[in-house]
Amino acid sequence: MSATKSSDLGLRLRQNMGFAIAVVLFAVVYFLYQLSHPKGFSSQVFVQNSNEVFSLAMLAMAQTVPVLMGGLDLSVGAVMTLVDCLASHVLEGSGWSIFGGIVLCLLTGAAAGLVNGCVVVFGRIQPIIATLATGAIYMGLALFLRPIPGGKINEDINWAMTNSLADFAETVGIFDDGKAPWFQTIAGFPTSLVFLIVVASVIWIPFRRSVTGRTVYAIGSAEGAAFMSGLNIERGKLAAFTLAGIFAGIGGIFMAIQTSSGNADIPMAGAYTLSSIASVVIGGTSLLGGTGGAIGSIFGTLILKVISFNFRIFDIAPLLQPLFEGLVLLGAVSLGALSILRVKNQLELFR
Amino acid sequence: MTDMTRFSPLSRLSRDDKPIAIAAMFILVILIAGTCYTLVRFGNAPLLTPAYLIQQLQIGSFLGIIAAGMMLVILISQIDLSVPWTLAAGAMTATAVGGEWALPAALGVGLFVGLLNGFGVAYLRIPSMIFTLGVNAVMRGLMVAQTGGFAPQTAATDLMRYIAAERTFGVPHAIFVWLAISIGMVILLRKTTFGRAIYAIGNKEAAAYLSGVATRRVTILAFVMCSVAASLSGVLLAGYATKAYQGMGDAYVLPAIAAVVIGGTNILGGRGRYLGTVVGVILIVLLNSVLSIMEMPEAGRQIIYGLVIISMLLVYGRGEKVAS
Repeated sequence: MSATKSSDLGLRLRQNMGFAIAVVLFAVVYFLYQLSHPKGFSSQVFVQNSNEVFSLAMLAMAQTVPVLMGGLDLSVGAVMTLVDCLASHVLEGSGWSIFGGIVLCLLTGAAAGLVNGCVVVFGRIQPIIATLATGAIYMGLALFLRPIPGGKINEDINWAMTNSLADFAETVGIFDDGKAPWFQTIAGFPTSLVFLIVVASVIWIPFRRSVTGRTVYAIGSAEGAAFMSGLNIERGKLAAFTLAGIFAGIGGIFMAIQTSSGNADIPMAGAYTLSSIASVVIGGTSLLGGTGGAIGSIFGTLILKVISFNFRIFDIAPLLQPLFEGLVLLGAVSLGALSILRVKNQLELFR
Repeated sequence: MTDMTRFSPLSRLSRDDKPIAIAAMFILVILIAGTCYTLVRFGNAPLLTPAYLIQQLQIGSFLGIIAAGMMLVILISQIDLSVPWTLAAGAMTATAVGGEWALPAALGVGLFVGLLNGFGVAYLRIPSMIFTLGVNAVMRGLMVAQTGGFAPQTAATDLMRYIAAERTFGVPHAIFVWLAISIGMVILLRKTTFGRAIYAIGNKEAAAYLSGVATRRVTILAFVMCSVAASLSGVLLAGYATKAYQGMGDAYVLPAIAAVVIGGTNILGGRGRYLGTVVGVILIVLLNSVLSIMEMPEAGRQIIYGLVIISMLLVYGRGEKVAS
């Protein structure tokens, strides 16, 4: 019994090699970072790190879903920017108006994703070129909402979301304003990190286990076979793009809350989209589809971000940062390519 | 319904020619719409003057040279995202080296980037989308580190200005460069073994390999040509603007891909005519120009740009319902 269990574990490890490497790599770079941080480990640094990671992590999760399906979504950065600009208009008030604003933002993200899905499924246009075009449209809408950067966000929500759990509890007024004794053990935890974990476990994990989620994986492995097996391909594709829109929308809401403004910056949106692809690949998801997952992409984002944190600590000229980021990306994908050395038949290289 | 389609003039065209005809008609629509606008607003028709059209072709030649290289890479079902900083690196190298070695040095940069991309894609078998993205970041880092993040103070050489901006018989030399590359592309794709191999790889790489095509060599060569085209375009742009600047290539990669696809080349490779790419480039350049004459704000431009790509593809770029 134990023998089968250990071989089971070995199999799972081999199947999730990319994910395992990403987790280990993250642990190493983050340990190095904390070790060399002049102030040592503190809740403050932890909170700051977590805030810087959140939006890109959301975008990486968004990118993961279409990639698993064998596609690519070049509009995630634009959807995030669109929701960011919308949020800078609707999150000014207080109480229920904020709640309504957040719902509106999420619906906008979902609608943008659904439109992508419709263009791909019913228009039968390749995802990469379809989302290139819709991304331009979303960027245009974002520019209509915010021709110049500006806007305002409710200060309480900004404070609550971008600090530790203690500040969150105090602002919202739960757990004796965050002073309950049992609460102290986790009070220093960053709110944004908690939300990241909540989004991942409430949206992504149930989706992955649902029939639709399985369909997305199946489409990425072999679309023809998935269709022949009676899976609803169209629903899978629509769901994949809609979910990507929702994740990108959450990233946009947080970006607006974090910066207290909306900014329709075309180069920034493009850079976020490209970083999201890099995060997905470093996180162990195959660009060919079918293997990987959104949790791995979160770790991919963490690795990319912690490397840039390290630049501040080691006082490397910021000018060299893109060079190192590129080298890390190339190194990571080249390591992944080592498996071709084991290929015995040349034909296995062609997919 | 079938009778209707049988007698419509478009149905007589082959599958590869239809997109080109539709895109060409759309160019006429853009010109007519723009002319109507200027007639009503200003009472003249500058869009139909030879001077305006030649100027658009000159602007289009930078994009056209990039799109020619990009088309080769797309035809073998890959993509090259390293174009922006290959272009900037070519321009910066040319202005920094100066003298008579400016052009060879810039093309050398393109050759090097192309070999690197080709190696990663053909030998390491890393998806080109991510490998060229990494190469782009590395090139950007190298160039920013080299120039300190400022616009280089060095200027374009006389030769660069000569081939990019000066005119013979009223026609800018950049258009001649684009024309020469276009003729070369047509011969390459239609008359050479290399051209046949490109289409073969794009259709089914395994089948091409089993038929004896040196798939790795062809892939590397396609990437080299794309990068050299990008660096050449960078040299021309630097000659046109008389200097190189940071991020000068960022605005070119997505329009280049869009031009190739609007011209009827399948984004999955294996299909498409070079004439379509030329038509696609002209369409995008004219669209941009007419929208700026109409003083359309950036927001409206982005939306129209996206809608045009989608509607063109809905007419002729539709794929199979289920990919096999």
